[in-house]
Amino acid sequence: MADISINFAGIKSPNPFWLASGPLTNTAYQVMEAFDLGWGGAVWKTVGIPIVNVYSRYGGLNYHGSRLVGLNNNELITDRSFEENYKEIYQVKKKYPKNALLVSLMFETKQEWKEHVKRAIDSGADGLELNFGCPHGMCERGMGSVVGQEPKVLKEVTGWVMEYSTVPVLVKLTPNISDIRDPGKAAQEVGAHGVSLINTIKSIMEIDLDTFSPVPSVDGKGTNGGYCGPAVKPIALHMVGSLSRMPGWKTLISGIGGVQTWRDAVEFILLGATSVQVCTAAMHYGFRIVEELNQGLSDYMDQKGFKSIEEFRGKAVKNFVEWGNLNLNYRVKAEINPKKCIECQLCVAACDAGGHQCIHTQENGSRVPYVDQEACIGCNLCSLVCPVEECITMKEIDLGKPYLTWKEYQKTAV
Amino acid sequence: MKGKSAAVSFIDQLECPRTELLFQESKPLYNEDQAVSEASRCLFCYDAPCMQACPTHINVPLFIRQIMTKNVKGSAKTILSSNIMGLSCAHICPVEVLCEGACVMNHEGKEAIHIGRLQRYSVQWAYDKQMQFFTKGKSTGKKVAVIGSGPAGLSCAAELVQLGHDVVVYESREIPGGLDSAAVAPYKLFSEDALKEISFIQKIGVEIKTGVSIGKDLSISELEQKHDLIFIGIGLGRDSDLGIPGEDLSGCAGAVEWIETIKRTNAFDPGTVRNAVVIGGGNTALDAARELKKLMVPKVTLIYRRTESEMSGYKHEKDRAAQEGIEFLFQTIPLEILGHNGKVDGMKLVKIKSENGKLTPVSGSEFSVSCDFVVKAAGQEKLSELFSEVKNLTVKNGLIQVNPETLQTGSPKYFAAGDCVSGGEEVVYAVADGKKAAKAMHELLMKEK
Repeated sequence: MADISINFAGIKSPNPFWLASGPLTNTAYQVMEAFDLGWGGAVWKTVGIPIVNVYSRYGGLNYHGSRLVGLNNNELITDRSFEENYKEIYQVKKKYPKNALLVSLMFETKQEWKEHVKRAIDSGADGLELNFGCPHGMCERGMGSVVGQEPKVLKEVTGWVMEYSTVPVLVKLTPNISDIRDPGKAAQEVGAHGVSLINTIKSIMEIDLDTFSPVPSVDGKGTNGGYCGPAVKPIALHMVGSLSRMPGWKTLISGIGGVQTWRDAVEFILLGATSVQVCTAAMHYGFRIVEELNQGLSDYMDQKGFKSIEEFRGKAVKNFVEWGNLNLNYRVKAEINPKKCIECQLCVAACDAGGHQCIHTQENGSRVPYVDQEACIGCNLCSLVCPVEECITMKEIDLGKPYLTWKEYQKTAV
Repeated sequence: MKGKSAAVSFIDQLECPRTELLFQESKPLYNEDQAVSEASRCLFCYDAPCMQACPTHINVPLFIRQIMTKNVKGSAKTILSSNIMGLSCAHICPVEVLCEGACVMNHEGKEAIHIGRLQRYSVQWAYDKQMQFFTKGKSTGKKVAVIGSGPAGLSCAAELVQLGHDVVVYESREIPGGLDSAAVAPYKLFSEDALKEISFIQKIGVEIKTGVSIGKDLSISELEQKHDLIFIGIGLGRDSDLGIPGEDLSGCAGAVEWIETIKRTNAFDPGTVRNAVVIGGGNTALDAARELKKLMVPKVTLIYRRTESEMSGYKHEKDRAAQEGIEFLFQTIPLEILGHNGKVDGMKLVKIKSENGKLTPVSGSEFSVSCDFVVKAAGQEKLSELFSEVKNLTVKNGLIQVNPETLQTGSPKYFAAGDCVSGGEEVVYAVADGKKAAKAMHELLMKEK
């Protein structure tokens, strides 16, 4: 059986699945229950000067009968005292020495950082995660995502922590920026052991059509919240991949963003993540989902013959290239399997509107459409709208021509 | 002249209690969650087969999407714009062979979208909120008489009123609706719901005069004098007799007549029936048999002269009847209804064989069964002789002959649709044809200017 344990810059974890810092990691009770059920690690909910929260904190995005395709929240960092937090962190670490326990921190002054880096480590933290990502509330007070948005500030504050910390330091990055590589580089340059990304995305979940208030509504008003859940996974994958493929990148990555299943987790690992953090899925279904995560990952590795996570980590990075390096001589065309077609003609509507008008209905009265192979540009749209698996497939056409990138094409064109 | 004012609420005239209230709906009303979740399954097909399969061509994908987006009012308008009897049809359409039968989900081995139940959710929601979507059009000064207040007549009337014509619907009975309010199986549609739908049609501006018999209370010539065009939607007549001895015994009833009894009155006492027999192989026979069973009659047997596969009733209805414990005797006909003290107590039957499509009794196969109630569901009489005095209006085998494109009869002033033309079809076809006739009548009326 595959070994799914990891070593994240010295932080050992029985599996790569960590609970992300947030509502799930607020108390010892929660983290202990999670560890009992099989979570490898947890990042304690951000410790800082205790705050007060508002009532009504979450908004959900439901789509076509699926609930919580996206989730947003306006909850702030811990509202518990330092004493409570550090005491419970100590209890957890003592009871679960083999699990990874990181503590998320958010402070303003160098003095505060110094004090709490020490207190967190003294409580047993295996690592620290610097919350430079929170995009609601705390950023208005000069912390959270405003730090992550300014590489210089990020570097300075991380530098303080590096100076005082005796355990690995991870910088949690905000996606609310134009290029993730800027804060990523800053974290690497200052010597952080890892980066965690992505934190949540600034969002308004919904506007109530009757009250005109953003949702979640706090007495008729709403604020921007942090968006997460399955809907953000593509954004998170892109940002993780962007760092992984950057020349000179060597910092470890803890991947976060919409991980619901082992499949999602494997995607993050293939793009270079060492650990994977989960929040929304466990908020939705409870801690028990880890069983499927661990089992699925292990079964996948067995099936592929990977003995350890390091064996396949980052395997997709080299395939994530710039557009200019794609092969212009590659061709695919849509093919409809009439035996599988259920005659909904969604492909006809989609191709007609957003494709190249090359899927047509037959004149013989059959509702099974056909593809005009000459006109098809292989865009995939039809196969995506088709409700039946494997009914429309994209068939490769061999042009018998060599790999030709845009860069090469430009040269030949000149 | 007799005739009640259109303002009368016919629902108030229903007898209470009445037997139909003992029935439970076979497809209860969805709540919002159920409706949105079911609507979310719809694929929103292009050139959707369900819409093609509906005789009234309701834009099914659109109304379902409107339910999904919680624009229920909009969805009801979508439905009713195509089918003014969208509530009745939602309850009683044989969706298994129409919209839901055409649903592409069937091709994938998945359950078809429950279009009928979604349609009912939508229209009932709107009607419960007293929403009125249509109004009388700008007056054209033209006058139309509609004879018969069944689905064909009301559909025609509703369309013509919206186009600005003055329409009076003449109904010989006291309560309008035809079979829709009187003879639909109560577990599919209660009289009250059928009449509720009619009240919304009245509110568009359709005047319904009940208790007016054409030829008796109002002569054909008066009718013609008073109106520019006349639509005939008189449906069919009383249940056909079997033509065997014993039909006059107490405990022998025609199916349509009996269903009306349980729908409108409390006169039928199911506790007195232990062993019922229904004669016939159509949907009315199946309905009557299922109604008896649902009324806790211990033994119900359906007797049909041909084989199971030749039944004109829908297979899905037959299957349900079988599941509910109804017994079937195929290739059998009744020879005589036996009685004791003037009351049914048995039936003499004979087996039938089919030779080259011809049915002949098997000699020596006569047998008797005991039973205490007989329902005859062997079709309905034709009513069309009412119009025998109208010149050029052709009646063939009791059915009014029309131009299939316009539904105009041989007499240009008369149009006709519904069971009196088709011989007996689903409500939705009558609605579709009533509307189709209205369009042709409108064209003619506007030409006549």
